[in-house]
Amino acid sequence: MDIKRKDLLSLSDLSVYEMDLVLQTAASFKQVSARDIKKVPTLRGKTVVNLFFEPSTRTRTSFELAAKRLSADVINFQTASSSMSKGETLLDTARTIEAMRADMIVVRHASSGAPHLLARSLKSAVINAGDGMHEHPSQGLLDLFTVWEKKGTLRGLKVLIVGDILHSRVAHSDIHGFQKYGCDLHLVGPPSMVPSGLLGTVHHRLETALPGADVVILLRLQRERQSTGFFTSLREYAKLYGLTAERLACAHKDVLVMHPGPINRGVELTSEVADGSASAILDQVSHGVAVRMAILYLLSGGTRRRDA
Amino acid sequence: MKSDPSIGRVLLNADDIARVLLRIAHEIVERNRGSQDIALVGIATGGVYLARRLQGHLQTMEGISALIGELDITLHRDDVAEHLPPPLKKTDLPFDVTTRRVILVDDVFFTGRTVRAAMDSLIDFGRPRLIQLAVLIDRGHRELPIRPDYVGKNLPTALDETVLVHLSETGHAEDAVVIQRLPPDRSRP
Repeated sequence: MDIKRKDLLSLSDLSVYEMDLVLQTAASFKQVSARDIKKVPTLRGKTVVNLFFEPSTRTRTSFELAAKRLSADVINFQTASSSMSKGETLLDTARTIEAMRADMIVVRHASSGAPHLLARSLKSAVINAGDGMHEHPSQGLLDLFTVWEKKGTLRGLKVLIVGDILHSRVAHSDIHGFQKYGCDLHLVGPPSMVPSGLLGTVHHRLETALPGADVVILLRLQRERQSTGFFTSLREYAKLYGLTAERLACAHKDVLVMHPGPINRGVELTSEVADGSASAILDQVSHGVAVRMAILYLLSGGTRRRDA
Repeated sequence: MKSDPSIGRVLLNADDIARVLLRIAHEIVERNRGSQDIALVGIATGGVYLARRLQGHLQTMEGISALIGELDITLHRDDVAEHLPPPLKKTDLPFDVTTRRVILVDDVFFTGRTVRAAMDSLIDFGRPRLIQLAVLIDRGHRELPIRPDYVGKNLPTALDETVLVHLSETGHAEDAVVIQRLPPDRSRP
């Protein structure tokens, strides 16, 4: 029983069997993170490189912590402080890192498909930590893990994804993941932000989608989209799509509210909801470390598979 | 995974196993002078069931309520880098190991590497007063300087043989210890 792939690039090409394996492994690692000594020697001597071409604090920190709890060595490359700003190409940067014998490369890039390019060219395992508007598979897996852990199952749940679905790589990974587990998916947002042709029922009003919802995943509203005309004002967005306690009352009584963070209080949700009993936002953060430990662990066989 | 005891040679039957476990329980009591701070920690998965059986014996024989735990050693193995990552099992130590007399329980004692990993894993949870080792079968071929404190049965084996412990808890009709010859491609170098 193992994952027979070198890289983790997207949830669109992952089977339910493989996702199950990640979730079950993550459950064991969650236990490790609860101990006094939160570290196991499993990846001793392995090198994990975080190669981030976009600023990121939480995803990078989460991967870094995950690698360190498995005893791997971690190096962080950020655009501003490296040779990427000196005109080096993506592939040359990655090859340079590989020449230093990195075993796994965690990459975030503003262009969709950048991790795929690296995966094809490098022998190291490549993990997509967010590429353009394409996917963010580790976030998708931690969202699945959070729901699975809290609800005991995924099948048949009514799951809402609310916000800027068009530009959100989190939404795209979530859509693939929840759809494969047989969830009843509903996509909610203004017409400019919810493209047609995705898997799931489209709603333009939050009120029509909320009744009976088991899970509500709110996406972060990227303020810079306002200048490009995708929405008119933060106030208007908050009025139409902001999750208030009053609106949440129409959902299932055990509804779970999730958000990939960072949250904009008073925009995507009110403080009352963010800090309320339905909120699983901080659980998502702790689960993120466990799920990323599972990903690193399961992909650590990568080099041997190719030599075989 | 259910295999038929008729395939391979049965070395211990259900009665033998019962007697052996009872004797180990007596030895544990004798050696620890009826101490009440014993914790039996089974190594996943076979050792877990044996630890529970020993716990029952200690209770009925001497009224000792031994604590019970289970340990998955996968993350502490020294050969993770040589295989595909194996699936993880459960670790559950619902007590503080510090100051306890911990008795590790395993079904088959072989190279000693599993026990090395188990000791490292256990010590991550605290500092036991002492660690002892109880095994149902010692099949020899040690690769590390580790010796069990309680042995059910010494079974000299060849490297191309495998020892299987069938227990009712794992879905077998009858308890048995069976020895099988491995197909040539699966034997150890």
